[in-house]
Amino acid sequence: MPDIVVKTEDVVKEYRMGSNVLRALDGINIEIQRGEYISLMGPSGSGKSTLFNMIGALDRPTAGEVYIDGQNMSHLSQRQIAAFRCHRVGYIFQSYNLLNVRTAHGNVTLPMIFAGIPEKQRNEKAKKLLDKVGLGDRMYHLPDELSGGQRQRVAIARALANDPSIILADEPTANLDTITGREIIDLIKQLNTEQGVTVISATHDLKMLDVSDRIVDIRDGLVERIRNRDEIEIEVGEVGGHE
Amino acid sequence: MEQQRPIEEQIDLPFLESLRISFQSLKIRFGRSIITTAGITLGIAFLVSVWTNNEIEFALQESGRSSEITNIDEAAEQGISTKDIWLIIMSLIVCVVGIANSMLMAVTERFREIGTMKCLGALDGFVVRLFLLESGFQGFAGALIGALIGLLGAVILGLKNYGLDLFFYFPLLPARPENGPFQLGVLLLILFGCVLGMILAVIGSSFPAWRAAKLPPAEAMRTEV
Ligand SMILES: Nc1ncnc2c1ncn2[C@@H]1O[C@H](COP(=O)(O)OP(=O)(O)OP(=O)(O)O)[C@@H](O)[C@H]1O
Ligand SMILES: [Mg+2]
Repeated sequence: MPDIVVKTEDVVKEYRMGSNVLRALDGINIEIQRGEYISLMGPSGSGKSTLFNMIGALDRPTAGEVYIDGQNMSHLSQRQIAAFRCHRVGYIFQSYNLLNVRTAHGNVTLPMIFAGIPEKQRNEKAKKLLDKVGLGDRMYHLPDELSGGQRQRVAIARALANDPSIILADEPTANLDTITGREIIDLIKQLNTEQGVTVISATHDLKMLDVSDRIVDIRDGLVERIRNRDEIEIEVGEVGGHE
Repeated sequence: MEQQRPIEEQIDLPFLESLRISFQSLKIRFGRSIITTAGITLGIAFLVSVWTNNEIEFALQESGRSSEITNIDEAAEQGISTKDIWLIIMSLIVCVVGIANSMLMAVTERFREIGTMKCLGALDGFVVRLFLLESGFQGFAGALIGALIGLLGAVILGLKNYGLDLFFYFPLLPARPENGPFQLGVLLLILFGCVLGMILAVIGSSFPAWRAAKLPPAEAMRTEV
């Protein structure tokens, strides 16, 4: 029996601006299995980030249901949603979203503070995670003192703080150069293969294709098609050929 | 595997932990905090200087020292209190508006941070508490600086008007003269200014903080500053 981590049922999201209603998601149905690496692809404005927000409980859908680990997210209390964000999901954003008032180390410890982990333990864990992402020597720097790639590494370490079962990444490489982007992708992929973390990533980045198990193409708020890895590899070859 | 594990309830953060987070934040944003605090400092400085000035005049009148001076202007004895009550009310309004405005700005420019903290598992209540703590500290510190500046201003003005006599009759402690209103005294006045600044800062930030904390993280993080 496949182990479904994320399931969406006819998820609709509308944004109201005055009398205008913009339908960003128009009935999304997807199922994501545990341990998968999924890329959400699609043109700008197609609804990737909106879907990302629905899956990550960062916003509520206008209609439809999101199930994570079999739980209907709309049935959760405020405290449960906070705990869900704290323990189950690690978020990675295009613009890093580090807290500028906290050092790299302070950013990584924050989710553990929210989780009530004792100080000594969380300091050790933060150190271990920052070492893992290659920032052991930059631990006490503020985000302002780090490069884009380094900031994204801190964000990844922070996302891992409470051992989430899902990593949600919204265009994690969009602000990075090709080589740094590649390193970040490899790092995320490594978490996926070594720790079995489910990765769901919105991206324009073709480098993401060859690490994905499946690619969900989104267009105008709908799932246009879902491609498997074997279908993808051919296309990556083609892409390579164009360069 | 951990599948179907029910989702637990988020715990409340110990107060000390909130205190530490707010302190760290204030320390790093020190320059910025001072700008925010400037509104409070100015308001309280104005209030304290007007009030101190008023008490100095009263104390010197009581002592009979300033009689020569006030006699120059016959209307003064009657006029002083109403004029100064107005000034004090005005300065209070300046305080309230200045502080509310600073706090609104301080919260608005941190929407993104609020959204991010909620992504990491912060409860709405924690976000509100964090802002109340920070604004309380800022309010107290800003008001203390403001009160000292206001006091200095009043003393300089007093020296100009009454010369060194000022220090013989300086209204340091509270007093209850027979023929006049209760005099707070400068020490209590400073304390009053600090507490007032703190309370106003906390009140001023509570509404914007509460509103920001209620926003879904996606919306809070959309705001680019
Ligand atoms: N908070 C909002 N208010 C109003 N409209 C919104 C809001 N968020 C998204 N939209 C609209 O919803 C649509 C989908 O936006 P979304 O951000 O999900 O696109 P995207 O696929 O992530 O695009 P990109 O690749 O540029 O990041 C867009 O038309 C956008 O303008
Ligand atoms: Mg997007």
